[in-house]
Amino acid sequence: MSAEASEHGDALADSAAWISALRNPVERDRAIARLHELLLRAARFEVSRRRAALSHVRGEELDDLALQAADDALVAVLGKLDDYRGASRFTTWAYKFALLEAGVRLRRRAWQEREVVLEPEAWPRMADAGAGPQGQAEANELMLAITDSIDSCLTDHQREVLTALALNGVPLDVLTERLNTTRGALYKTLHDARRKLRAELATRGFALDSI
Amino acid sequence: MDRHTNDDTLRRLLGPAEPEVLCDECFERLDEYVELELQGEPADERIPGLRAHLEGCPACHEDYESLRTLVQGG
Repeated sequence: MSAEASEHGDALADSAAWISALRNPVERDRAIARLHELLLRAARFEVSRRRAALSHVRGEELDDLALQAADDALVAVLGKLDDYRGASRFTTWAYKFALLEAGVRLRRRAWQEREVVLEPEAWPRMADAGAGPQGQAEANELMLAITDSIDSCLTDHQREVLTALALNGVPLDVLTERLNTTRGALYKTLHDARRKLRAELATRGFALDSI
Repeated sequence: MDRHTNDDTLRRLLGPAEPEVLCDECFERLDEYVELELQGEPADERIPGLRAHLEGCPACHEDYESLRTLVQGG
């Protein structure tokens, strides 16, 4: 057996052992404790990756956020255990729940004191790309068409979401909280707005294939 | 300010040109995608539309980078 095949076999066995332990009444409590440790490690990993953007937040608060993320991820993992199909290692599958929970909390914490603006703070101007006067004129024409299409083609909600996320840099998870919605629903709004814009710009004769 | 800045602005406004999965499906398959990538398998062929979504969704892209880094180092 090759080293690669052997490693794959180990991963499958390890994942099967996790599932078996979490379903076995005798082993379950110990397995849950191990799973919580694993999820807490992932949540702390996420905190360490984002620490620079959260330098104003006390370490104790960040530790608490990591613990809350691990707790909620544990509930999510146990609730979705039947959905695990073995497409990846169990640990990789479980990690993503902790990283999501931690990432959402940390993005929201980083924006806690900031205002969420749904109107354009300033329409972007196309930078001088060194493409000469004609290139610059074309870039400006495209941006003008985009701003005009945003006003004429999008619903109020689509315009607000696109403006907040794509122009004002509001993180998706912050806006979901302010608008009391989900990441999936909000991104769908952004996605539909972008599709409308692309279609309108194509109608106006702009070639957007390279963007 | 340069061409790169212009392209970033346009990408944020217009999103990916290619068809993309949305956030729920991205989360559903992110673990599989990351492992395929790390194993050198053609992740984009096996899970079409996920890469395009990562380019269009900063939140899912951050989750992807974190998971990939964690699994790679773990």
